[in-house]
Amino acid sequence: MHLAYPAVLSALLFCTGLYGVLARRNAILVLMSVELMLNAVNLNLVAFDVWLSRAAEETLHSGQALTLFTITIAAAEIGIGLAIVLAVHRNRGTSDIDKLRDTAEGPEPEGPEPDGPDHDALTAGQAEKAEATA
Amino acid sequence: MSLAAAAATAHATTTITTTTAAEAHGFLSPTGVEIAFLLVGLVTFGAALITVTTRQLVHAALWLVVALGGLAVEYLLLTAEFIAWVQVLIYVGSVVVLLLFGLMLTKAPIGRSPDADSGNRWVALTVAVVAAATLVWVVVDAFRTTWIDLDGPAAGSTRATGESLFQNWVLPFEALSVLLLAALVGAIVLSRKAKAESSSPPVNSRAATGSSPSVPDSRNHPIEGNGRGEGTSPAEQEGAR
Amino acid sequence: MTTTTLAVLVPLLPFLGAAAGLLLGRTAPGFVRPLAVLPTLAALVLAVVVAVRQGGDQAINSATELTPTGSVPIELALHIDGFAALVAVLVGVVATCVQIYSTGYLREDPRYPSYAALVSLFTSAMLLVVYSGDLMVLLVGWEIMGICSYFLVGHYWETPEARAASIKAFLVTKLGDVPFLIGLFALATDAGSFRITTILDTVADGGLDNPTLVALLLLAGVAGKSAQFPLHTWLPDAMAGPTPVSALIHAATMVAAGVYFVARLLPVFEASQAAMIVLAAMAAVTMIGSGLAALAQDDIKRVLAYSTIGQLGYMTGALAVADRGAAVFHLLSHGAFKALLFLAAGVIIHASGTNSLAAMSRMSHLRDRVPDAFWTMTVALLALAAIPPFSGFFSKESVLGAAEHVATGHTEHAPGASGWLVLVSGLVTALLTAAYAMRLWLLAFRGRGAEAPDHGRQPLTMTVVLWVLAVPSLAVGAFAYRVLPDWFDGRDLTPTLTTSVLGTGVALVGGIVTYAAWRHTTAIAARVPLGAVAAHPEGDAGLVEAEAIASHAPVYGGVAYAPDPADPGRMLLGPLHRHAAVGFHLDAVYRALFVRPVQGGASLVRFLDREVVDTYVRGAGALPRWLGIAVRRAQTGNVQTYVSALLAGTVVLAVAAVLVATGA
Repeated sequence: MHLAYPAVLSALLFCTGLYGVLARRNAILVLMSVELMLNAVNLNLVAFDVWLSRAAEETLHSGQALTLFTITIAAAEIGIGLAIVLAVHRNRGTSDIDKLRDTAEGPEPEGPEPDGPDHDALTAGQAEKAEATA
Repeated sequence: MSLAAAAATAHATTTITTTTAAEAHGFLSPTGVEIAFLLVGLVTFGAALITVTTRQLVHAALWLVVALGGLAVEYLLLTAEFIAWVQVLIYVGSVVVLLLFGLMLTKAPIGRSPDADSGNRWVALTVAVVAAATLVWVVVDAFRTTWIDLDGPAAGSTRATGESLFQNWVLPFEALSVLLLAALVGAIVLSRKAKAESSSPPVNSRAATGSSPSVPDSRNHPIEGNGRGEGTSPAEQEGAR
Repeated sequence: MTTTTLAVLVPLLPFLGAAAGLLLGRTAPGFVRPLAVLPTLAALVLAVVVAVRQGGDQAINSATELTPTGSVPIELALHIDGFAALVAVLVGVVATCVQIYSTGYLREDPRYPSYAALVSLFTSAMLLVVYSGDLMVLLVGWEIMGICSYFLVGHYWETPEARAASIKAFLVTKLGDVPFLIGLFALATDAGSFRITTILDTVADGGLDNPTLVALLLLAGVAGKSAQFPLHTWLPDAMAGPTPVSALIHAATMVAAGVYFVARLLPVFEASQAAMIVLAAMAAVTMIGSGLAALAQDDIKRVLAYSTIGQLGYMTGALAVADRGAAVFHLLSHGAFKALLFLAAGVIIHASGTNSLAAMSRMSHLRDRVPDAFWTMTVALLALAAIPPFSGFFSKESVLGAAEHVATGHTEHAPGASGWLVLVSGLVTALLTAAYAMRLWLLAFRGRGAEAPDHGRQPLTMTVVLWVLAVPSLAVGAFAYRVLPDWFDGRDLTPTLTTSVLGTGVALVGGIVTYAAWRHTTAIAARVPLGAVAAHPEGDAGLVEAEAIASHAPVYGGVAYAPDPADPGRMLLGPLHRHAAVGFHLDAVYRALFVRPVQGGASLVRFLDREVVDTYVRGAGALPRWLGIAVRRAQTGNVQTYVSALLAGTVVLAVAAVLVATGA
């Protein structure tokens, strides 16, 4: 079999997952896309391992071992990721990624010094953030 | 759909360009394995595309099952049978179930939700298409003449994998168990904190605490057991979660 | 002790006194008065000793170089000839008198410690100028005097007049000092040294490349310091300072520094005929103009200030005819009687509570209140008017004699034209001097009307000093003109018959005409009430004077002017009076020529700074701010956007890396 087939499939799957990560709004859908990307990598690892195990005399089967590790790590990642998503959903009432914007600056301060309302908004935002992390 | 079209054209062009380069094994005279790989690959890719584009969240998870299952078939075709079964067990069996639980616990709407995609969609599409084009170009350019010889003993049989894993990869394997423990503790901490604060204990924390008694068993099991048991340890953990 | 050591101590003692006074003035007020008087007195004694030891013989020269200073060395040098020794004695006498007088005059002034210290510092600087044999060291003293003058004129800084006057004095003298400094550099470059002896040797050898330029540059500084036309305008305004300051700085010493400087470097000026003519013209204009202006002033101190300018004109006139002996002779006698005039004027102001002659002319019995001031001032005014046998007569006649000597072509040192200029203007000024001296005396002491208020006797410190100073004004002249030639160049200072007769004649004419005019106008005085006196007649003299100065402008409509129809000066001057009272509008001319353009330039610069430069500054700030706002827009907090940008960048980098790797 041509190595190009699994390699190209892997690349396409990876980019599909990439699109999902960047475009999906729901955090769980983003996690699914991450899984797609990981699987694309796995396919690559397996394909190259199979090729190398034939081409070389001695091989450590590192590709397959790494695939197993990746699967394990992906499982752990999905567990932690889901726990975080659930915690966020519980605290914020939403799991939409583009609504979690606490790292953004508050409303635009036009003047050179921060005026009252802006300062209040900022502190309100900080309070919200503290609540979210608690 | 434009992504699929682009990918198809990319695929077509690569096919055309590499036919002349491959001498011993031309792309125009595929073997049976190749045809099977190609067909399953198309199904996998299509399922992946639907996963990232569908507006029904639960359907996305189900299409993910198709894509991951297709990948398992691809592993089989690449003679990596152990990986294939692990793939089925962990991904199809536990990860997707976990994701479905997650969808339910976050009260994801059943049916079409109009706002499944964020406003970042077009930027994402551009980046993804460009990345795909670059990767496909590079990969095809590099490996268009490389041939995998699938005859002979299976490269990824359970025996071969197990020998390799426990001869050469024991230390990383054990280190990984520590990582899993850390992930486990992390998940519990995240859940318990929320429980201590909120008056109504969430379902997630209950699931985590409920699964905790089985954790020592699942961790000790691969160390004590033989070569066949170790592959199930991550699966067991994930299933417990 | 050697004479050199003594001479070094002379300027050093008042300097140490000033430093100690400034340091201890606040913590130990009891030491202030001894610290003010004793070092000055000691300096006087030492100066007398130095003068006696020097004795008019060969000049004492001594120099030490502290540190190498580049191509032209600067040395701490002494150059004591007869001029220096005698002028130092004069400075010591006047400074001591003024310090003693001040203890009474400003006895309740809260700023007396700093005042006394500044006067000491000033004395020290003047003595440094007198003794210095190095032009750079001389310049140090010269500038210290300038800054002390600024502080002392502004002593009553609460009044706007004093503030304006101090700034004006400083700026105008500095205006002269800048060309002066350049002239010093040019001179030193030509001569290769700042030492006066070296420079004089160079001049004698004809080594000066462009004497006219150097002389004219130096003249600017001299005109500023000695209040000669056209830089004299600061001196009348400087009368806003306390009277002792006027006596010390603005009559006897500092203004004499310019004349003294020219006297020291006279060969430099003689090397240029043009400079001598300019000097003569300057002296002539100064003399006549100041005489006319003095006749129109109402403030008694401003009369004396203009008279100072006129007498300094005589000295520069003497220098213009290349007779520095006459110049310094007049400097000495003038220093004595002008200090006396000012100090007596201070007593009169204190007693009458006003500085306005118009107000004094409506007071009777003023002379009975201050008999010491009356008698000493009469002596000093007679000296000023050059009536024999007072000292002013001899010194002024020596000037006129020297001028006549030159005018008749008996010398090659100075051009005949300058001789004629000085002679004619000197005679005219003698007339004017006698006239305003007479007017001052009549208005101040022969007033009619209400009795002058009686504030009791004046402090002893103030009256004794008057008599001390009256002695040289009265008697020294006749004695000095025989002795002084030994100390000076040896030129004869004896009055010649022609000029004596002419000078005394015109002086008598001036006095008689003024007296006649006064007799004519005095009847009017009774009909026109006028005048205001100080609100605190029981205060010390300084306070009374400050109030008198501050109230003059609001009451009479001008610092220098009073609308008094009974003024004999008004009758004598006729239509000229209005212009003379304001110094012939020279201040207005300066205002139009210099102040307005400078203010216009300043507002232009201000406009450029505010509107043009600041626009660029603001623009420089605005561009980054806009960029910052734009960049901040990108910080949406949306993680997906960030990751998109990150990955897009990664893809671009990857493509670039691949292209580079494949050599495309």
